[in-house]
Amino acid sequence: MSEETLSLTLKVWRQEGPDSSGRFETYGLDNISTDMSFLEMFDVLNEELISEGKVPVEIASDCREGICGTCGCMINGRAHGPEKATATCQLHMRKFSDGDTIVVEPWLASSFPIIKDLVVDRSPLDRIIESGGFITVPTGSAPDANLIPIPKDAADAAFDGAACIGCGACVAACPNSAAQLFTSAKVQHLNLLPQGQAERWSRTENMVDTMEDYFGSCTNHGECHEACPKEIPLDFIAYTNRDYMKSKRKNRKLLGQG
Amino acid sequence: MIGALDPRVPDGSIAEKWTNHKFDMKLVNPANKRKFEVIVVGTGLAGASAAATMGELGYKVKAFTYNDSPRRAHSIAAQGGINGAKNYQNDGDSVHRLFYDTVKGGDYRSREANVHRLAEVSVDIIDQCVGQGVPFAREYGGLLDNRSFGGAQVSRTFYARGQTGQQLLLGAYSALMRQVSAGSVDLHTRTEMLDLIVHDGVAKGIVTRDLVTGDVRSHTAHAVVLATGGYGNVYYLSTNAMMCNVTAGWRAHRRGALFANPCYTQIHPTCIPASDEFQSKLTLMSESLRNDGRIWVPRGHDEERTADDIPDAERYYYLEEKYPAFGNLVPRDVASRNAKTVVDQGLGVGPLKNGVFLDFEDAISRHGEDTIREKYGNLFDMYERITGENPYERPMRIYPATHYTMGGMWVDYELMSNVPGLFVVGEANFSDHGANRLGASALMQGLADGYFVLPYTIGNYLAPLLGDGKLAEDDPVCEATVANVADQTQRWLSVGGTRSPDYFHRELGKLVWNYIGMERDKNGLEKALTEIPALRDEFEKDVRVLGNGASLNSSLEKVGRVSDFFELAELKARDALEREESCGGHFRTESQDDEGEALRDDDNFAHVAAWEWGGESGNAIRHKEELTFDEVALTQRSYK
Repeated sequence: MSEETLSLTLKVWRQEGPDSSGRFETYGLDNISTDMSFLEMFDVLNEELISEGKVPVEIASDCREGICGTCGCMINGRAHGPEKATATCQLHMRKFSDGDTIVVEPWLASSFPIIKDLVVDRSPLDRIIESGGFITVPTGSAPDANLIPIPKDAADAAFDGAACIGCGACVAACPNSAAQLFTSAKVQHLNLLPQGQAERWSRTENMVDTMEDYFGSCTNHGECHEACPKEIPLDFIAYTNRDYMKSKRKNRKLLGQG
Repeated sequence: MIGALDPRVPDGSIAEKWTNHKFDMKLVNPANKRKFEVIVVGTGLAGASAAATMGELGYKVKAFTYNDSPRRAHSIAAQGGINGAKNYQNDGDSVHRLFYDTVKGGDYRSREANVHRLAEVSVDIIDQCVGQGVPFAREYGGLLDNRSFGGAQVSRTFYARGQTGQQLLLGAYSALMRQVSAGSVDLHTRTEMLDLIVHDGVAKGIVTRDLVTGDVRSHTAHAVVLATGGYGNVYYLSTNAMMCNVTAGWRAHRRGALFANPCYTQIHPTCIPASDEFQSKLTLMSESLRNDGRIWVPRGHDEERTADDIPDAERYYYLEEKYPAFGNLVPRDVASRNAKTVVDQGLGVGPLKNGVFLDFEDAISRHGEDTIREKYGNLFDMYERITGENPYERPMRIYPATHYTMGGMWVDYELMSNVPGLFVVGEANFSDHGANRLGASALMQGLADGYFVLPYTIGNYLAPLLGDGKLAEDDPVCEATVANVADQTQRWLSVGGTRSPDYFHRELGKLVWNYIGMERDKNGLEKALTEIPALRDEFEKDVRVLGNGASLNSSLEKVGRVSDFFELAELKARDALEREESCGGHFRTESQDDEGEALRDDDNFAHVAAWEWGGESGNAIRHKEELTFDEVALTQRSYK
């Protein structure tokens, strides 16, 4: 623990609502402890704004432990800021230097319309889950948990996809605003498990098609992986592309047109 | 006025109660289920599992969350695991043993019949979650792995790396989204419940505020289910998420629902201490760290040396000295209270002297750094990210923090509150954990209530209502409740004071922590009962909420929640004052044995205290539900 403090200049995107035009506002902050988290620095800013009679900045956060996926903004042009594998709430001010100017913007993607200031609407991610991100197992109908042994490697690989926290940084970091990393993490979490096989092909087709309704196309930049606080592997995108191609044929076969 | 509290526990032996009751309950015919509407508030483990299961059964469900997606509920942050009496490890576990451990762990302040049912359905939860694709840890043979957790003598905890909560919530969320897609659940995100609609003494709906547009409106249904979590944020600093609050339950309490055991709070011993005044929350680290870490403080006051330079003889390994049998593995409440004691004595470590050391030096020299990294690497990384200190080189600093609340809305065996039609599930109710919760039991209870208890019991309430319509949404009762909420919102915007809601929340938290924390005494609690209302008066006159009520406004959301925390804090102090015994997570200084350990008073306090709202003047009325223990013998705990 250090006891240093920083003086900072913040350029923060302010926007009243989805249809208003926004602008950068500049704020000076002194005595920011390097032990503070980035969001606690915003708490300080908002306290100061309130005491000056100015409307505080809306910035989303909830668990502040890097697991709920509520927080996230562009910090100096990077989704979740400069520290790798770290969500905005886990970024601490010791990663900045005295005198820095920090530019803070909301997630940049037209699929995520701005609600106010730094808060965006990420509901298209829920629409993708709704279209197939589940295993159909009504409550009470599951067999004994140890009935199907799952090779540890498969279980671990599925887990790497399941670790996605749905923050949307992958979309915000992508020059095309594509949601391939999110979607493929969710698809492969279930597709890699034996329990997920029955719906594998319909799931893949439905989720990818829903994704296409809302988001841009992937051109393999890999920025998503760089921005991801959980370091979801890019391999999942390749697996999902493979499954998607297969699904087109298999789903047609199921309809008797194969 | 409320008569004697009847928990409506079914007859029969403990092992047969739930089985018999499932047969005795009335059923709603599958074709009639769609005629019933049910509101579920909260979409964490309990709410999402309840909404999904009732949707599958055919009820028309409306689900509400203030988050932007159900997947963000704070169940997601649970790390350790979930208990299930599967006995896969062949080490002698059983439903009865899990039941017994839970009643004992709760220090004999929970309802036996509810706890037994919890243990019974624990096995079904594991099956259900695996079926959904929850990636629990597995052995190389492909079967599920288990570990012993929180001092349990058997390995019954299922876990998913350090994120069991997230994986279980993603399972429940996926089941919920399947029902949203099927049209059986109507999901309302960014929508907060601000009042309960009660008509002729029966819960008929809720009033909500749309957090984006500010629209206040009513929703009516045949039954209302609260799954709104715990009230740990009354302490301001806790391991809860920033938005966790007591508002839904508290507003229901103001409409007549009883609030049980508000003084019961679990304080978790292994959290990272606060670094400054602007600390916004505390981060928990899994208590598995205590398996290898040694807890100590310097013996001398005003110690200036770094940990490395303090010789062993000048280190006070207080848990190992006081509790030779259990040492660093004493239960959560004992570890927490002893940490507070040494810090209060001025022996704390760190710049603010607000922590104790958790030292891995011995474990690293015994097992090697690689072994420790393999076991705890992610926790060590998290610690370093937050504090900037490397725990492989210097001891961690830890301090207790509020983590879970065992108290909550009073419910009967069927999880219905004393207000007919109002059900409460998960952490929001009070029934299963007594005065202290066992590790890995919170996730179990949330999912037990949501998947396997409420979907049965709610049918027993709804069946006789067949043919009854729900209350009209423009009924005068609804309109009056809506107007009340809208007025209140406007009132906060027009106070025009000078300080933020967060300022008052922080100040309230200090009072609650100091007077109604781990250790309480009559004097302190009486002080709390003077100082909390005084601060509340100041809050009501001097709070400043800027912006308007017609767009996203987190200060406006916050101010109402803080207001409810003020009222709850007062009730919490009263409850703690009346409970003149040390029990579970709470130490009443006046109630200790010759060795300074907690002393329970079963003759006078083996009951649930359920409080009835006493109006603005704060004259809450204390009702009792006597607890009887037919299966588990009451003993005093000893860890010496």
